[in-house]
Amino acid sequence: MPKYTITVNKKKYSVEVDAGTPLLWVLRDNLGLTGTKYGCGEALCGCCTVHVDGKAERSCVINVEDIGESSITTIEGLAENPDHPIFKTWIDLEVSQCGYCQPGQIMTLAAMLEQNATRKEIDDAMDSILCRCGTYHRIRKAVDKLSEEK
Amino acid sequence: MENSNKTTRREFIKVVTLSGGGLFLASFVPLQNIFSNTGDDPKIFAPSVYLKIDSNGVVTIIFHRSELGQGVKTALPMLIAEELEVDWEKIVIEQSDADPKYGNQSTGGSTSIRLNWEPLRIAGATARVMLVTAAASRWNVSPENCLAESGFVINKLNNEKFSYGDLVEDASKLPVPKDVKLKDPKDFKLIGKRIHRVDTPDKIHGIAKFGIDIVVPGIYYAAVSRCPSIGGKVKTFNSTKTKSLPGVIEVVQISNGVAVIADSTWHAFNGRDALIIDWDYGPNANVNNEDIRNELIKNTRKEGFEWEGRGNVNKEIAKGEKVIEAIYEVPFITHAPLEPMNCVAKVENGKAELWVGSQTPQDARSSVARTLGLNEDNVTVHITLMGGGFGRRLVNDFAVEAAEISKASAKPIKLTWTREEDMKFGLYRPPSMHVLKGSVTEDGRPLKFSHHVIAPSIIQMRFYRELPPKDYDIKEGTVDLQYNIPNMSITGTTIATHVPISWLRSVYHTQNPFAVESFIDEMAFAANKDPYEFRRDMLPDNSRLKNVLNVAAEKSGWGKSLPKGKGMGIAISECYESFCAEVAEVTVENNRIKVDRFVVVIDCGIVVNPDLMESQMQGAIAFGLSAVLKGEITIKNGGVEQSNFDDYQILTYNEMPVVDVHYIQNNYKVGGVGEVGIAACAPALCNAIFAATGKRVRRLPVRLNSI
Repeated sequence: MPKYTITVNKKKYSVEVDAGTPLLWVLRDNLGLTGTKYGCGEALCGCCTVHVDGKAERSCVINVEDIGESSITTIEGLAENPDHPIFKTWIDLEVSQCGYCQPGQIMTLAAMLEQNATRKEIDDAMDSILCRCGTYHRIRKAVDKLSEEK
Repeated sequence: MENSNKTTRREFIKVVTLSGGGLFLASFVPLQNIFSNTGDDPKIFAPSVYLKIDSNGVVTIIFHRSELGQGVKTALPMLIAEELEVDWEKIVIEQSDADPKYGNQSTGGSTSIRLNWEPLRIAGATARVMLVTAAASRWNVSPENCLAESGFVINKLNNEKFSYGDLVEDASKLPVPKDVKLKDPKDFKLIGKRIHRVDTPDKIHGIAKFGIDIVVPGIYYAAVSRCPSIGGKVKTFNSTKTKSLPGVIEVVQISNGVAVIADSTWHAFNGRDALIIDWDYGPNANVNNEDIRNELIKNTRKEGFEWEGRGNVNKEIAKGEKVIEAIYEVPFITHAPLEPMNCVAKVENGKAELWVGSQTPQDARSSVARTLGLNEDNVTVHITLMGGGFGRRLVNDFAVEAAEISKASAKPIKLTWTREEDMKFGLYRPPSMHVLKGSVTEDGRPLKFSHHVIAPSIIQMRFYRELPPKDYDIKEGTVDLQYNIPNMSITGTTIATHVPISWLRSVYHTQNPFAVESFIDEMAFAANKDPYEFRRDMLPDNSRLKNVLNVAAEKSGWGKSLPKGKGMGIAISECYESFCAEVAEVTVENNRIKVDRFVVVIDCGIVVNPDLMESQMQGAIAFGLSAVLKGEITIKNGGVEQSNFDDYQILTYNEMPVVDVHYIQNNYKVGGVGEVGIAACAPALCNAIFAATGKRVRRLPVRLNSI
């Protein structure tokens, strides 16, 4: 199996996996970074969202061989700063229920806020991350609060 | 060294009937009085299985249910901490394994708080009384002169105090008292407060371990191929190609199909996809959705079993009496929790150890023991966090599969289902049809109401082989009898299906209230009455149902004038010992529905944690709307047609309405919360659509173009 070197959360990792393995499974099974979740495998739910060079992307449809020099950030990387305003707001408003989709929600919103996206762009991005518990009502409140603070 | 002191056995066996359904045994666990001390470890006082206090004063509360987002990992410890008088911030919460010593561990039927409300408070109060008794005897004063507060016992006469840790050794030598007095609700310090969830930080930081995140040393990864037609079997299979793929270790046959074991999840999926299997498609290979639907339709023309009734619905039609009839219908839907089914299993040396997100971990234990031919004592089930459940994880098919694979391969494995498998090999809310007939008098008073429910029976599928003649479950959610209509009849017919049906969040309350509360709206319309006033006038005075209805009308601004294309709809429900009224507000333009707002009013007795309750109500609206607007599973050639979130869609962020939750503050016994918000959601929405468009939705999911 081919060997790949990838940069995740500012650390370099060398992995030996089948070409075509999605980044999601490299993160989860090879690197033990299980904060990135599997939900659909087809970029339909957004649970597996990570940052690729600062942009929110679905790791279930990114091939490991296509990563190259890109810098990957996962939820664990974002949580290196637990005082990030998103985390504080998420706790204040008790957004989560089961919590499974929340890393994907948070990673998507973090990228949008970082890019100074408009409110409509933020809402459209959040619209593509599914939550079965139905935390949308509180996610919107969190988005209201965070985009106001911005 | 473990030193078991005199144990007072007090065992309460309660048989609780779940909303007209299955019997769940809830046994309060005999209180123990364990005092253990190993070497330099702190000494531990454990007067019941639900809590322990060590000599350093650390209070550990054992959480014995399953956390799947509903927040009971926070709410149940609150009950113990309330009576124990300890600082919330200082307690440690530990997830238990599956063990009969905890009594009923099934997380379903909105029972976690209802069944534990007393036992857990008794557990906390008992420990507190023993600690107070120990302190009083040290001071040689009466316990009445002592006060327990924030993990200390205080001598009221001189303000001296002992920490709980100082008292564990003495307390554990005391007999366990009987009949401890529980707090008066007016003295609650924690119950009723918006306490934050204990697991939020770990979940949002990506640290929390769900079942799918568990690994054990030496783990391999597994995926299974199953027959596309439900009930089919493997005839023969060829794994030559699979075995040539990278990372594939082994291929084994199990009861449900063929399993591939690999060095990663992805390699297991790829290996599984490369299997060549000759299937015996089995007895259902020619069954299509229309066949099941036709069976339902056929039974609408027959008489059902008489369940309940009053008066005579067949009385001759009076002069001026207005008669209406309608058939309502709902399809199969599925739970689709975002975390697909998975389980880590390690079977070796005649023992099995599992890590599984199960709503029924005790059943997982007994099912695995039965399948592998092991004694239950040799099966350990660790309960993990769950990425949603909604009833799917009440059945442990995936845990049994994992155990079979581990045994066959003699390796510890993690079985992960793909989303496609979750859609195609999941469990399904049964479809149903509802024949409704009603009449009103010339001056608009309700006169007759009859409801015939036709549906497959979940308890037959899960517990019996034969169709039970009268399945009371399929009647649940028919609030009809609360309405003061002089002539009523509720009948039912159960039908058979090969599709694996099961309990889905609020069960038959996902369909009966839709039919009943929509039809009550039709009757109000026939009577030329306001739908709210029509309901109000039929409900008994001072009833909790009438109260929530009135509050919902008030909070929603019922009756306000709305622009064209907008409408409001109202519906009520009674389930899981709680009462709920909902008002939906919609805008419909060119048959496109925008749900603007839901007002939810719930009376669930004492509210343990209002924030958790509100999030359950908000989530229930999202779950309910997904079913009403989008949810439909269809059957072709014996199998499920849908495969992922593109052809089985759920509500999205931009489609979510504002949800205003109000609750009635009272001291009634705690009612259920988790499933309650679902029941009135469908009819409130469809009644609002009618108000906006004049189109009456009688078949779900809503398709306005075809009405």
